[in-house]
Amino acid sequence: MLSATGVCTLLSIVVLFFILGFLLIQGGKFLSWNFFTKLPAPVGETGGGMANAIVGSGKILLLATCIGVPIGFLAGVYLAEYGNAAFSSAIRFVTDLLNGVPSIVMGIFVYTLIVLKTKHFSAFAGGVALGIMMIPIALRSTEEFLRAVPLSLREGAMALGAAKWKSIVTVIIPAAISGIISGMMLNLARVAGETAPLMFTALSNQFWSPGWNQPTASLPLMIYTYAMGPYPDWHRQALAAGFILLAMVFIVNITARFIVASGMSQKSRL
Amino acid sequence: MNPISNRQAIVKSEDPQLVQKAIADGSKTEVPVLNGDPKLKVSSLNFYYGSNQALYEINLEIPARKTTAFIGPSGCGKSTFLRTFNRMNETLRHTRMEGEVLLDGENILAMEVSQLRLRVGMVFQKSNPFPKSIFDNVAYGPKVNGTTRRSDLQNVVETSLKRAALWDEVKDQLHQSALELSGGQQQRLCIARAMAVNPEVLLLDEPCSALDPIATAKIEELLFQIRDSCTLVIVTHNMQQAARVADFTGFFLLGKMIEYDTTKTIFERPKVQATEDYITGRFG
Repeated sequence: MLSATGVCTLLSIVVLFFILGFLLIQGGKFLSWNFFTKLPAPVGETGGGMANAIVGSGKILLLATCIGVPIGFLAGVYLAEYGNAAFSSAIRFVTDLLNGVPSIVMGIFVYTLIVLKTKHFSAFAGGVALGIMMIPIALRSTEEFLRAVPLSLREGAMALGAAKWKSIVTVIIPAAISGIISGMMLNLARVAGETAPLMFTALSNQFWSPGWNQPTASLPLMIYTYAMGPYPDWHRQALAAGFILLAMVFIVNITARFIVASGMSQKSRL
Repeated sequence: MNPISNRQAIVKSEDPQLVQKAIADGSKTEVPVLNGDPKLKVSSLNFYYGSNQALYEINLEIPARKTTAFIGPSGCGKSTFLRTFNRMNETLRHTRMEGEVLLDGENILAMEVSQLRLRVGMVFQKSNPFPKSIFDNVAYGPKVNGTTRRSDLQNVVETSLKRAALWDEVKDQLHQSALELSGGQQQRLCIARAMAVNPEVLLLDEPCSALDPIATAKIEELLFQIRDSCTLVIVTHNMQQAARVADFTGFFLLGKMIEYDTTKTIFERPKVQATEDYITGRFG
């Protein structure tokens, strides 16, 4: 039993370290300053970078955050603080279903909703698709961290004459905020790597795409395109882009864990 | 000094005959006559958690600027009773209250609940400082009730911490987290926080049950200092504590108030056998 569980544990981390090591060695060595500052080189030329994809990913994720975080957060506050038990569990079930919707289906949904209506692919559509994907986890993490705030703090605030909404804003949310923020960051890190929904919404672009209404490059889609391409130089670029994406996700994950840990050490003194 | 130790519980509080007898005896005792109007007057109070009745037909008057204690075994409803005074039970779902509670002659159900809770403060069994600085904890009540000027808040914080005998210990660390204080300091901070809105009545729900004897002594000393300006109502498991701090004491058993009188009478010449049994530690 011990050896079986031990081997499986080892296997699960071996996969991670294999990916990490591979990207670090294969992708890291192709990283250069140009990668961050230059546009993709035309076919046939070597060199060039992915500056447009880095900026595009940033724009799409920013819009996704602006959509997914407020909606998920406020709905989570409602479920934790106001909703009655039956209604809350119904909502929770539905959001779990939404969370289980394959990302490509989400892409087709936004494609029908926005791309067909506006008749072009856009960063806006990409942001909306990823934003909707963020809602279920934003909602659940907000709700769970708010529920973990002890009843004694709620009673303490109300016993001082604070109205319910005021006690939520001034005591309960601040007590849970480190957990909520880290939940949001992990959520962002999760959608940062999504590729399928962007194929139907933001598409891609070899050039800069100012504003929100043009097809926009993003790192995951660039990796997909370049890795499938026939040129060795493209493969190298794809590996470098994979390395950058993974590094971003890692940094976000580690930061989130730090935020939670600092919040926990405060609470443990309660 | 401890009547509970080394005694065998010869009567269980679940014994229905005992309760019946206690209630019959209790109805013969007279509620002490108070000088002047009561601060709080309770008439035929019944309280239910769902279909379970927790309090039965409670009538009593709590005098102003005195300390009143409620004692009784666990689950007898004394905390529930205390929480009716600031309508804290309303925050729990499926609860229902019948009867009347008057604060200075005014029905508390007719008052705006946040106004009521400004006049009737509460300190809880487990200290519950907010995860904020010491200053922000004490300033919380005045802040949510409209005080915004920094200098006003500073005055309130200093005065309240002094009244709670905590100022000298924390004056140099007002902006550190309240969670870094010791358990006893945290509870005194909670008292300071409650005092910061100048309540007329302060409810204390077993405020010392999680504290060591030294911290308990400090809290009791503090209660002596604030009793002149505030009506104190304290629920306690600790009968010596009731005897030490309270002017009046009520004994609860299974949701009924068995006997209510001056503390001296309750502890020296209780009229009901069950009160005597509880006080002398024959059950509990």
